[in-house]
Amino acid sequence: MQSSGLDIGIFFEFVGIQITNTVITTWGIMLFLGLCAWLAKRALTPTKPPSQLGSSRQVKVATDAFTGQPPQSTLQTIVEAIVTAIQSAIASVAPQHVKELTPFIGSLWLFILCANLVGLIPGLHSPTRDFSATAALAILVFLSVHWFGVRILGWKAYLKHYLSPSPLLLPFNLISEVSRTIALSVRLFGNMMSLEMTALLILMVAGFLAPVPILMLHIIEALVQAYIFGILALVYIAGGIQSHQLKQGKKIKTAQPQPQAAQQTQPSNASQQAKFTHKITQSSSE
Amino acid sequence: MVDIATFVTTSTVAAIIGISLGVALPAIAMGMAISRALDALARQPEAESAIMRTLFIGLAMIESLAIYVLVIVLIVLFRNPLMEYLVQ
Repeated sequence: MQSSGLDIGIFFEFVGIQITNTVITTWGIMLFLGLCAWLAKRALTPTKPPSQLGSSRQVKVATDAFTGQPPQSTLQTIVEAIVTAIQSAIASVAPQHVKELTPFIGSLWLFILCANLVGLIPGLHSPTRDFSATAALAILVFLSVHWFGVRILGWKAYLKHYLSPSPLLLPFNLISEVSRTIALSVRLFGNMMSLEMTALLILMVAGFLAPVPILMLHIIEALVQAYIFGILALVYIAGGIQSHQLKQGKKIKTAQPQPQAAQQTQPSNASQQAKFTHKITQSSSE
Repeated sequence: MVDIATFVTTSTVAAIIGISLGVALPAIAMGMAISRALDALARQPEAESAIMRTLFIGLAMIESLAIYVLVIVLIVLFRNPLMEYLVQ
């Protein structure tokens, strides 16, 4: 029974609280991520946002690069690529709330990715193999749906969305809140646990080096499951926020006879603003 | 009273039938979802990101069904709660 893969080893006991392997590995991942973040933050050099860069400024940056002083370190480029990828993924689901959602969703993605991949290191088990860990993450998502919903919409508008198509559907809305949280946790737990178990079973049946192809599958599965957990959390949070804003959008459209006018105001405003700032930078450079 | 050998054999057979059905049916569903997504992708290649995102979410939903079956089967095989009544 001990080798079934379902058991979680207990590391030590502290004042009656059992500290399992999962907790130790999670602490290790937290330390690792925190250290990486601290090192990356130290290497950052501030660059001006592109709206403030006039044509003359850009030339100056280019000459800086030409004279042998790179404007960015390699680490900064990597970190910026990761953050930009996370932000663009969030912007594809909730374009208006990228700034609020990036810290939570981004850290979910990074943590679950590391937690899934840790299982590949010999002697370590991925913490997401433990149902307690994935349940904790899912409860975090469950709470943050309400947190973001209330923070962005307010109490009244957020609670109203439970009655949204008709008040008859209130019990179903409440059931779906619970069932999707359970599904979220069971999905991650079942995937990671079954991967480790298949590797173990193949090791017992076929012997040394045979589970290596399964471990390659582990890498892909770790990436996919981390992505899916994050994007489902994102979709749930965005669903709580956006049901209200769709209604607002309809109101705006009915108020204005031409539906395209509402869409066109923002880009034209942005381009005007860009021209304006461009003029300011030009005049200041002159 | 059922003896332990019958119980173990029955639960193993039930677990095998359960996992085979529970993997085959979501596999059919996933195949249908992927084929429709490819149809949509061939018709509108510019909508690739939206289609892929929705496809991944849908596949995750379908896959979770297979995972439920797997978890139940593992519970039946390794931690069957009915075993306690038998051992007493």
